[in-house]
Amino acid sequence: MKHIKTINKANLKKTAEKGGCGNCQASCQSACKTSCTVANQKCEKEA
Amino acid sequence: MIHKFKLEGYNVLLDVNSGGVHLVDDLTYDVLDNVEPPFDVECPANVVKKLSKSYPENEIRECYDEIVSLYEDKILFSEDVYEKFALASVASPVKAMCLIVSQDCNMRCKYCFAAQGDYGTGRRLMDLETGKKALDFLIEKSGNRYFLEVDFFGGEPMLNYDVVKQLVEYGRSREEEANKKFRFTMTTNGLILNDEQIEFLNREMNNIVLSIDGRKEVNDRMRVLVGGQGSYDKILPNFKKLTALRGKDKDWYIRGTYTKYNLDFSNDIMHFYDLGFEQISVEPVMADPKEPYAITEADLPRIFKEYEVLSQKIRKIKSEGKFINFFHFMIDLDQGPCAIKRLRGCGCGNEYVAISTEGDIYPCHQFVGIEEKKMGNIHEGTFDLDLKDEFARAHVYNKPECKRCWAKFYCSGGCNANNFIYNGDIHQSHKLSCQIQKKRLECAILMKALELMDTAE
Repeated sequence: MKHIKTINKANLKKTAEKGGCGNCQASCQSACKTSCTVANQKCEKEA
Repeated sequence: MIHKFKLEGYNVLLDVNSGGVHLVDDLTYDVLDNVEPPFDVECPANVVKKLSKSYPENEIRECYDEIVSLYEDKILFSEDVYEKFALASVASPVKAMCLIVSQDCNMRCKYCFAAQGDYGTGRRLMDLETGKKALDFLIEKSGNRYFLEVDFFGGEPMLNYDVVKQLVEYGRSREEEANKKFRFTMTTNGLILNDEQIEFLNREMNNIVLSIDGRKEVNDRMRVLVGGQGSYDKILPNFKKLTALRGKDKDWYIRGTYTKYNLDFSNDIMHFYDLGFEQISVEPVMADPKEPYAITEADLPRIFKEYEVLSQKIRKIKSEGKFINFFHFMIDLDQGPCAIKRLRGCGCGNEYVAISTEGDIYPCHQFVGIEEKKMGNIHEGTFDLDLKDEFARAHVYNKPECKRCWAKFYCSGGCNANNFIYNGDIHQSHKLSCQIQKKRLECAILMKALELMDTAE
């Protein structure tokens, strides 16, 4: 495309289908403790 | 829903529901202010007319076609299909615990949310029996979850080191029969860390969070010893030793807090990097706006600028082939957490609880001492499932601000404790945190997009 460059796979919907196992880390247990960021967590299935 | 922003000369376009990230030209950026689904086959005449003052008509039509094409591919203006998963976390097992082994501290940090370490309850240490019962509680409530996370927290947890050691031993002793694996972590100020303790922590802690704020003058202004002296010179050698000896397979972070006094915090992050610390987390202080060090709305433009400066500094380091990781810029645009995790957030009060020295159960460490949100007590065998249910249902679709926010799948609804403490309701977003979070995310998304583009080329 000339005007738009798509950068990633845009696959969030697919992750809903196979997701929700709940084995990933609680986000607050990593390095925040005062502000929540989830998008930087790893998926346990792909780790 | 889409979100677009300009940063460092780039136009970034995010499709919120698919997670799609696009870099676009100025024309596309402007066309998107004028069009949305349902799309006509041709670009509407009024849009062409309006934009033709700035762009050639054929280019406008071409750009419109590209937008429609991405819409048809479901990576632009894509549908929100996640609300049906929002209740997936209700009745979830408890899998993570903040174990407050010490409501006492050997420092008196001026911004401490825990009232200089004792949570306003008087100085106490957790006894071994309470700690064991807490681990038993976690095993019992964890259902089919295999990994159990336990963060030794305080106050300063190393003030109760003997109990920490025995609890690790106890947890390990129960792993096989319970078919669980404990992942222990600790957050420490590093003031008392001898060689034996460092060896133990490096062996047993999956992650260790080391608290220090940055440059000596910055750290020593807020992070002071009981007598009021600065702590920098005492803790830095310990952190250097611990990180130098830490195995490559184990996580660790240097974690700082910035306040109104160091809004140039990118210099503190670079200070850490210059000291050899490459895993860095630095966050804004959360405090009563009346405190002189508190960050307020008026500071936001300065803070936003500083995150831009920080991202430029980090990109420069990476462009030289060197490694640095800033926790709040970490983002995986292709394989991050699943959408269901993104609805749940940190899971406090549901998948995650805090246990005080007395065995009281709270949704997280920041709720400790707030009677209204006390969930029970492990000695009494009480655990308020109605309160657990309330927290489980506090997902992004039940928070009015989050529901319409572009960042909801990145921050996942923010910090319930901040919402409660500053707005009186876990569902009411703490706006100051949100604004900072959104700026960090924009910087992170651009940084990652540029990295992916470099890789592709």
